[in-house]
Amino acid sequence: MLEIRDLHASIEGKEILKGISLSINKGEVHAIMGPNGSGKSTLAKVLAGHPQYVVTKGEVLYEGRNLLEMPPDERAREGIFLAFQYPVEVPGVSNSQFLRLAYNEKQKHLNEEELDPLEFKDLLKERARIVEMDESFMNRSVNEGFSGGEKKRNEILQMAVLEPKLAVLDETDSGLDIDALRIVAGGVNKLRTPENAIVLVTHYQRLLNYIVPDYVHVLAGGRIVREGGKELALELEEKGYDWIKNMGTERSGAVKEKSFMEELQEL
Amino acid sequence: MSNIELLTNREYKYGFVTDIESETIPKGLTEDTIRLISAKKQEPEWMLEFRLKAYRQWLTMKEPRHWPNIKYPEVNYQDVIYYSAPKQKVNKASLDEVDPELLRTFEKLGIPLQEQKQLAGVAIDAVFDSVSVATTYKEKLKKHGVIFCSYTDAIRDYPELVKKYLGSVVPVGDNYFAALNSAVFSDGSFVFVPKGVRCPMELSTYFRINNQESGQFERTLIIAEEGASVSYNEGCTAPKFDKNQLHAAVVELVALDDAEIKYSTVQNWYAGDEEGKGGIYNFVTKRGKCAGRNSKISWTQVETGSAITWKYPSCILQGENSIGEFYSVALTNHSQQADTGTKMIHLGKNTRSTIISKGISAGKSNNSYRGLVKVMPKAEGARNYTQCDSMLIGSRCGANTFPYIEVMNNTARVEHEASTSKISEEQLFYLQQRGISQEDAVSLIINGFCKAVFRELPMEFAVEAQRLLGLKLEGSVG
Repeated sequence: MLEIRDLHASIEGKEILKGISLSINKGEVHAIMGPNGSGKSTLAKVLAGHPQYVVTKGEVLYEGRNLLEMPPDERAREGIFLAFQYPVEVPGVSNSQFLRLAYNEKQKHLNEEELDPLEFKDLLKERARIVEMDESFMNRSVNEGFSGGEKKRNEILQMAVLEPKLAVLDETDSGLDIDALRIVAGGVNKLRTPENAIVLVTHYQRLLNYIVPDYVHVLAGGRIVREGGKELALELEEKGYDWIKNMGTERSGAVKEKSFMEELQEL
Repeated sequence: MSNIELLTNREYKYGFVTDIESETIPKGLTEDTIRLISAKKQEPEWMLEFRLKAYRQWLTMKEPRHWPNIKYPEVNYQDVIYYSAPKQKVNKASLDEVDPELLRTFEKLGIPLQEQKQLAGVAIDAVFDSVSVATTYKEKLKKHGVIFCSYTDAIRDYPELVKKYLGSVVPVGDNYFAALNSAVFSDGSFVFVPKGVRCPMELSTYFRINNQESGQFERTLIIAEEGASVSYNEGCTAPKFDKNQLHAAVVELVALDDAEIKYSTVQNWYAGDEEGKGGIYNFVTKRGKCAGRNSKISWTQVETGSAITWKYPSCILQGENSIGEFYSVALTNHSQQADTGTKMIHLGKNTRSTIISKGISAGKSNNSYRGLVKVMPKAEGARNYTQCDSMLIGSRCGANTFPYIEVMNNTARVEHEASTSKISEEQLFYLQQRGISQEDAVSLIINGFCKAVFRELPMEFAVEAQRLLGLKLEGSVG
């Protein structure tokens, strides 16, 4: 589904991703972990097409197509969804109005039936149950006055409505208390199918207790420094990120150890 | 680096010219011009006197060029045609007698005048250059006692009402442009809703400037007697010309005890091209007097056109417990300039006013809110709430807020809130990431920003206003 090859990306002239290669198939859940500043969120934003990031090298193929050539709205309509770390407020635009517009844009793109406000209300009501969201949220302005946890739930509600093929969840667990985390993770699990893929970007292992990944990739200094199965996350939790510093990389050739060590110290 | 930059505007779709035989008088303005206009309209002597008095005052006045935040070249008032009318001079009783070319023009503008083609429940007065060419549903309204006709007809048929109220809210010498209008105004709409009557339909006037050389100087007078209520809407467009045209209108509203007048405007005069060539100079004086107790006047305006907008729809809150409201969206793009706002003058006890202003600037335009809240010594318990928000699109435009607050009674409560925001790249990216195109995203954000004003508009107008803002900003972000 997604093939990332030697991806380099920078923001305002500063290189953040320094050669990421990653392959994701449908039905898989991948966790991207790493310390602050390792490039996890950058990777998520580059996949979604954030205009501030410039890809300087490498390629990304999505269902065989060059993803990097597509504008962000087209990527979204083609099934890529980013749950934002910091969801944005849109004053005066109701959640349901916004979601219906987004939903219908996708339907139009796929030549499928668009829904009128009444029909959409039913759909929304059903999907809102997945994240245990009250109907009153639908008439409120998008994310305006929402608590941190409500914003994150709202992100997952959007995922539930848009049913993406590839969902990238950027630190969806940050700022959630244990109950909210359970609801959000439960929602994501319900949306997991053999046809879609999910990428979890997270700092902590905690989320992975609820959403169990097939693969774990550890980023540091803009590169993948370790890869493994779900047990890697546990190991990481136990030993801390300092551990990778001492381990270096097990991806031969991907990283020169010396420069990697230097970069870690820069962090 | 911001990615938000300005491109082009969509074609102004109302920019066509109607090829019609017109009767125009020579350019220039003297006492003789005024006598000529008055004679053409076969006006009574008192009307001519009113005009001449205004003209003589105008000659002693100066154009307000310094305090508004607008810049434009000197206007040569002798280079304007003050009267231009299609050959069909009078407002016909039957549409069958109206020049078909005029009917076609209004149909093309989306304002069909044939009653069966119209939106149910909206009566329309159509003003073309200097004259009102048709008024619909006159008979039906008359059955309810409501008078809706052209100003010219009102002077002829209801002289006592006109004499009583003309100039009673906006005196002839009120300001430079009001004085000019009082001297040369050629037509406009007249509405009278008698005691206890709720006007059964929406009333609406559509203004069209067609002649390149002529200005439009129309007047509107709306009177709601005790317990009466009326909702009135106006729309305006003009062809695209390289030259600027002058539009100086006066609107007077009078609400007696327990009466209510709701006045909505969607202004889409030609705004000039991207470089600021052409477009309408819109210098308008609008004022309502809440003369009676518990009366209410509500202004809602969506200003999207004109090269220059200079306009402050105001309320004089004279009656006890009277209410004044001003809801405004002013959008400027390219080289447009707007200096607009309101005045709320609290005279009576427990008078209340609300001001909600939303300014949107794009391109290299300049958009200013200017508002006065004045509480006079006898306005015990007066209250005002003002909210003034500006939004900037791109980095070459400007937004200003000039609030003036004068309180002479210490029981008054006056609140003012203001904010300035930019459409952020994060906001756009968020919406785009949900599959919404950039232009739809801008439109969505702007419509959200303006929601508090749009919900005050009658339904059809609100839809039109939303569509218009979308069109006006099309391509403004890229």
